[in-house]
Amino acid sequence: MIRVEAKPVEEVVQAVEGDRRVLILRCGGCPEGADTGGPAAASAASSALWGAGHEVLGPIAIDFLCHKALILSRLAAPELAWQVSRADRVLVFSCGLGVQAVASALMKPVAPAMNTQDLGGLRGRFPGVERCRACGDCLLDRTGGICPIASCSKSLVNGTCGGTNKGKCEVSPEKDCGWFLIYKRLKELGRLRDYRKYNKPRDHSREDIPDALRRTIWWGLEVPEEASQ
Amino acid sequence: MSRLQESLASGRFTVTGEIGPPKGTNVGPVLEEAEHYLKGNVVAVNVTDIQTAVMRLGSLAVCHLLVERGIEPVFQMVCRDRNRLALQSDLLNASVLGIENVLAITGDHTLMGDHKGAMPVYDLDSVGLLKAMSLLEKGRDMGRDSKGKPNELDGKPRFFKGCVVTPCAEEVEPQIIKLEKKVAAGAQFVQTQAVYDPKVFEAFMRKVEHLKVPILVGIVVLKNAGMAKYMNKFVPGVLVPDPLIKELAAAPKDNVASVSVKIAGRLIREMKGMCQGAHLMTLGWDRYVPDILAEAQL
Repeated sequence: MIRVEAKPVEEVVQAVEGDRRVLILRCGGCPEGADTGGPAAASAASSALWGAGHEVLGPIAIDFLCHKALILSRLAAPELAWQVSRADRVLVFSCGLGVQAVASALMKPVAPAMNTQDLGGLRGRFPGVERCRACGDCLLDRTGGICPIASCSKSLVNGTCGGTNKGKCEVSPEKDCGWFLIYKRLKELGRLRDYRKYNKPRDHSREDIPDALRRTIWWGLEVPEEASQ
Repeated sequence: MSRLQESLASGRFTVTGEIGPPKGTNVGPVLEEAEHYLKGNVVAVNVTDIQTAVMRLGSLAVCHLLVERGIEPVFQMVCRDRNRLALQSDLLNASVLGIENVLAITGDHTLMGDHKGAMPVYDLDSVGLLKAMSLLEKGRDMGRDSKGKPNELDGKPRFFKGCVVTPCAEEVEPQIIKLEKKVAAGAQFVQTQAVYDPKVFEAFMRKVEHLKVPILVGIVVLKNAGMAKYMNKFVPGVLVPDPLIKELAAAPKDNVASVSVKIAGRLIREMKGMCQGAHLMTLGWDRYVPDILAEAQL
């Protein structure tokens, strides 16, 4: 199962600071079992954002935000396309794959509403090129919706190293430099200011799933050995 | 204040050298080279830290041996091999051994070296490492005590904090943004990746004018035309222009080094008006340092 945890609301508000119109998208595919934020979480975020002076669009629920074709076809409806076109930022309730798929499909700055802690053997229901390492400390709002933990060989958080070579990584000419992809995306979005932000070292203590999850029926169903003990 | 910091603060054009520790314990030859050819000729000597991820004697021990011989070291620290506990501890180790100059580097990936199965750590990146140094100088560390308060150190270190940049990278903008982050994190001097084209370097220096931090241009001595071609093919962000390769190829077979020395000296001469110093990387040819400096007419 996919396990995510809501980011503190202050963190979400801070991530979208300066963006006037925020569109909220939530994944309808996994919230039941995975708690990727149902309607209640989305409307709570909506109130907080209105309170912080933003204009909030949506929330719009789409089944399986990891599916780029599904995102595009659902948002092609004129009234929704209008909302998307006006959004300065898209706040996404889903696992890290959904956030990245939305960023890539819509070419908009995104912000994750959740920290992904565990993908439980799934890489999204409709896996694409996006990768999530379930690091539990999502920073996709500052990286153009491309994950540096998964795409940079060194999982660096503050930009490219000296080994970047014509857009490729020093470890292999076949491998894209993750931070070069991030740079290109942010430049295209006109948001190089995000690249300039300092990102603190990762909190590795967030990588493991919380004890509370081990006691749930969902975890038990996936780990029968543990459940039978 | 370290001599390197003093020299740069005085506005003198400052030259640093570099040595690489051996693979093994036979530290005699590299120390002798440093004593004979670097001491007195350069202000400080960088000691590489498990360079290109090839396991060898460490930077900290060799820095200490240099201090004992009256040579000021620059302790290079890569982020590849140690987590934040070990990095901070080694910074304290350096401080009690009288080492002040520290250069923060990301470090080549383990896959570039001779222990490809090793875990690449990168718990901190170069920006995070500089921040950690700044924090230690304030008498704190990155951790918290049991009550969640910042830890207090019993005695605090003092560093002259350096970083690196690649001025001739194909896409220089991300390099410059990262350099800005490094300076904001506390970097006080910069040593660059190898530069062979003064025009490209001049353009780079204009773009970083707003950063009030001394920059030492990186000079890697080209030992022959083959090495130049190799660098063009395999070393990221390094471009040796064709005329230099031709010059090396036309060098007398029994004395290619004379041309290598001439080129290195000329590069320093051409760029000394653009920056605050030069970082000379001879890759074992320290015996030519005096000749290169003479050629540079400093």
